[in-house]
Amino acid sequence: MRGITPWKVTVGLTAVALAAAGCTSTPEPEAPKNDGSFIISWSEPQNPLVPAGTSETQGGVVIDALFTGLTNYAAADAKTEMANAESITSADGGTTWTVKLKSGWKWHDGTPVTAKNYVDAWNYAAYSPNGLINGTFFGDIKGYSDVVSEDPDGPDKPQVAPKPAKDKLDGLKVVDDNTFEVTLGGPSNLWPIKVGYSAFMPLPDVFFKDPAAFGQKPIGNGPFKLDSWTKNVELKVTRNDDYQGTDKPKVKDVVFRVYTDDAAAYEDVKNGTIDFQQQVPSAKLVGDLYKTDFGADRSSNKPVSSSAFIALPTWLPGYNDPKVRQAISMAIDRKLIVEKIFNNTRIPMNGWVNPNMAGYKDGSCGEFCTFDAAKAKALYDSATTKPKEISIAYNGDASHKPWVDAVCNSIATALSVTCTGKPFPTFGEFRTLVTTQKMTGMSRAGWQADYPHIENWLNPLLKTGASSNDGKFSDAAFDAKLKEADGTADLAAAEKLYQDAEAMLPALMPTIPLWHSSQQTVWSAKLATVTINTFGELDLATVTVK
Amino acid sequence: MSSPEVATPTAEAAPMPVTPAVVESAPKKDKPRSLWTDAWYELRRKPLFVISAIMITIFVLMAAFPSLFSSVDPQAADLNRSLTPPDFGSWFQFGKQGQFGFDLQGKDIYARTIYGARASIVVGLSAVLGNMLLGGTFGILSGYLGGWTDTLLARFGDIFLGLPFVLGALVILSTFAPVQDSPSALRITSLVIMTFIALGWPSFARIMRAAVLSTKQLDYVHAAQALGARPGRVIFRHVLPNAIAPMVVVGTITLGGYIGAEATLSFLGVGLREPVVSWGIMIGDGRNYMETAPYIMAFPAAFLAIAVLSFVMLGDAVRDALDPKLR
Amino acid sequence: MGRYALRRLLQAIPVFIGTTFLIWFLVWGLPGDPFAGRCGERQCPPAYVQFMTDKFGLDDPLPVQYLNYLTNLLRGEFGQTFNGTEIGDLLAQAFPVSIKLALVAVAAEALIGITAGVLTGLRRGSFIDNLVLVSTLVLIATPIFVIGLVARYSLGLASVSPEAPLVELIIPGLILGSGSLAYITRLTRVNLVENRRADYVRTAVAKGLAPSRVTGVHLLRNSMIPVVTWLGLDLGSLMGGAIVTEGIFNIRGIGGLLFDSINRRQSGVVVSIVAILVLVYLIVNLIVDLLYGVLDPRIRYE
Repeated sequence: MRGITPWKVTVGLTAVALAAAGCTSTPEPEAPKNDGSFIISWSEPQNPLVPAGTSETQGGVVIDALFTGLTNYAAADAKTEMANAESITSADGGTTWTVKLKSGWKWHDGTPVTAKNYVDAWNYAAYSPNGLINGTFFGDIKGYSDVVSEDPDGPDKPQVAPKPAKDKLDGLKVVDDNTFEVTLGGPSNLWPIKVGYSAFMPLPDVFFKDPAAFGQKPIGNGPFKLDSWTKNVELKVTRNDDYQGTDKPKVKDVVFRVYTDDAAAYEDVKNGTIDFQQQVPSAKLVGDLYKTDFGADRSSNKPVSSSAFIALPTWLPGYNDPKVRQAISMAIDRKLIVEKIFNNTRIPMNGWVNPNMAGYKDGSCGEFCTFDAAKAKALYDSATTKPKEISIAYNGDASHKPWVDAVCNSIATALSVTCTGKPFPTFGEFRTLVTTQKMTGMSRAGWQADYPHIENWLNPLLKTGASSNDGKFSDAAFDAKLKEADGTADLAAAEKLYQDAEAMLPALMPTIPLWHSSQQTVWSAKLATVTINTFGELDLATVTVK
Repeated sequence: MSSPEVATPTAEAAPMPVTPAVVESAPKKDKPRSLWTDAWYELRRKPLFVISAIMITIFVLMAAFPSLFSSVDPQAADLNRSLTPPDFGSWFQFGKQGQFGFDLQGKDIYARTIYGARASIVVGLSAVLGNMLLGGTFGILSGYLGGWTDTLLARFGDIFLGLPFVLGALVILSTFAPVQDSPSALRITSLVIMTFIALGWPSFARIMRAAVLSTKQLDYVHAAQALGARPGRVIFRHVLPNAIAPMVVVGTITLGGYIGAEATLSFLGVGLREPVVSWGIMIGDGRNYMETAPYIMAFPAAFLAIAVLSFVMLGDAVRDALDPKLR
Repeated sequence: MGRYALRRLLQAIPVFIGTTFLIWFLVWGLPGDPFAGRCGERQCPPAYVQFMTDKFGLDDPLPVQYLNYLTNLLRGEFGQTFNGTEIGDLLAQAFPVSIKLALVAVAAEALIGITAGVLTGLRRGSFIDNLVLVSTLVLIATPIFVIGLVARYSLGLASVSPEAPLVELIIPGLILGSGSLAYITRLTRVNLVENRRADYVRTAVAKGLAPSRVTGVHLLRNSMIPVVTWLGLDLGSLMGGAIVTEGIFNIRGIGGLLFDSINRRQSGVVVSIVAILVLVYLIVNLIVDLLYGVLDPRIRYE
């Protein structure tokens, strides 16, 4: 008992640990403005960092920092603005587009950005044996069908896809170093809006020498260049001082740090270890905890371009009856669920299109998206065939359980049926069953806009055979209306036609709209002028650090 | 008889000599008694045993007849009363609701805690007993026989030790009880138990083996062997009673661990799920609401802690009673 | 003893092969296409699925896939993940962190657990005994995420920084070890209580040895066998199973990587991690087995 007591030792150790763990939270010496750095909570991307090979947001946010395409979406309203392109014009009403690039742009390795870099990148992405996720985005360019081949017996079977007829798109032509011409399969005025998506970004010549190595150490033309990437720990980008775009960053370094648990990231933003969390954990929404923790000046609550639906297996008896589908939709008390489960951080839907989209029209679903237990029951009872199983399948690896249970309870109570939530362990298993049509009941679905237009909410989701038409919904008249809209060159007239198509949906009830998402973001005291763009991401160009 | 007390650096061990005196005098009065009668005689007078036995009886009743404790349907959900805090005024009033508050879906937490006892206790107990049986047998065999038996069994166990719990559970449960088929509660429950046994037995085997290794060196075991006792008799009469203590300790504690681990499986979507209620599921559900609605998790967690405590105390008392050296 | 150790090391080879094959088989047996969930709500283009399936040889029969993996491993190549990362890099980053964390946890539980076990074992039935029993059981019954989160909130800790220095791992290690504290305490206590009546203890006391020496040298040493066994088992499981603690403190270790890779069907990562974990188990178990002989000289290995 002489000398140092065990108690003192423990206290000493704790103090050391605290000091060490907390050291990052002490303010750094006042960094000169324009030269600061900050840390963003992030998770490891799922694909190599190649623009047309990345479709998820974690890889996407880094791609956006490293690469700049022809156009950008304005942070405030997602309006298309020219970036690397000087102009994108069409002389023939939307079939042939001439793209002129701004001169003087350079890749991070010093070589100039040319029209050829775009044409090469697009050809590579579209050519199906290269297997890039976003290859399908080039589908409306002339000659696409020649560069893709389909596996005759599906990807899981022994036969392999034959080599496509060509390896270049017919519709792409380099005119000179700064000009190229794009010919589409048919007229489309949406095309200049679409090319802001990261799939359309260029690639430098060095990419084609070793695509695999490039994906680990990408060389871009964007406002930031890659500094270091410690796998599964953090990725650091640093400002590209030669950047020619108008969106020049005001900070020097941005670190993307990998977090497995969003609660840990939240705590770290709170104590100043890191500086930005795009979406706070759902536990912090209860009672608006995040607002108490961060105050109005360091948090934001913003509607984003994504929405939740329930997909219905329209091929099954019972579910093939629009009356049943309408009854189920009317049996869901969206308002109460949004209030109790989401603490009002969702917006109940009354249509099939997100409000952030050009062409959005309020209230297109009408009474069928309004809770009315009595009417729902009457409508359900009037249907001749009832579904064999009322269930909602979801992936258990994300926090869907609370709302699925609540929706099921709502349906069960209103229609006097049993409804069960079916949690599939992983998203992969869940999607496998959805895409192979093995669902025996309903399933959850969600959609995030690729580009801010009503078309992006109808064609990919509800057209016959569309890639994300989980319920295999099909209606000839609706398809015809979409086709008419697709072929209309005039942007305003096309928008009107898409709205007409959406107006047909309440009677058909192809999917059940639930609610639009909003995003609750928090940041540390270190960040100033924080702008969240319409995709919900931090606008890296305008952010400054104190 | 007094030397061990001298070894104790404090005088706290005073209560101990009392018990041996009682036991030593007791058997003389009657016919020769078996180990078990001795143990029972010993147990009845231990407050630790009496308390834990009463607690366990209550939990068993709760598991068997939950409606004795609550008349409320644990599945009745009313979103309007979501996250209502406990109403302490309604405690001890049968038929009332909300004693422990309501969860996110507006289900009565008291009713769910009562109904949750069945799945939790059944899963925990069966998994531990299964592990003790399987792991214990393997442990005795490899510890007592040694040589090639030991090598084979131990290396076989090593293969399972390295298996990540999550992976094993995912594969076993999604192969034999796929979500798609809406498996029955009985099927999921028994598979969850089997998963725990399949992945847990090597630890029990190693603990048992370690205890057997040191026990089989003891004089009375050598004596029994020298007298020509058959291996079965040596194992069951001499080695097992003296080597079982560490496994009982690990088993009773693991019981609580398994009830909690069952929640992990539910969290992954492969464990118990609605309409089955279990403490593990409730604790998992309450995770996000630790700050704003701690009662969702606190009540099932408290029941879990008390149940585990009762089983550990019981295990302790029974073990002490069975060990002749401690008298 | 040397021959025994050598034989045990040779036995590691079949165990290693058995485990890696079993894991490969299990990951292969997981339902769901590994690439179905990689395009968000959109159906992945068949061209992409085909390309990835070919690249990772997922079309090959199971034994072929396994043999390919094994031959690459012998050449020192772990392969790549779906996003092109070298698995070797991931392991080189994550394993040192996890080893440090697990060692801190095991040290903490050994230190606290054995001390508490000796205290309670010597004063069986006392207030201290019951207090320790109740508090270790409360630790067992409380889910580890509750302990972790409460510790983080109440101490206002930051996450462990990417380099994971040892000092920052002390508190996470304590939390990680807290779950096993009850086992160590109880195991120490029960063995101590049993051995207190053993002849050699009486002899030691009769010889007039100081009580501390009797307890420390004679009693404790002979009571350590199950405890050491448990600690050995724990070291491995704490390395691979620290998913929750790693998540709460954002420690970039093996547990989270393994969990994530299982969910993403990254068989290469899963098998590599487990292969190394099995080696850890084998070596630790061998050391534990050799320790038996040291702790109890009556146990001999031929």
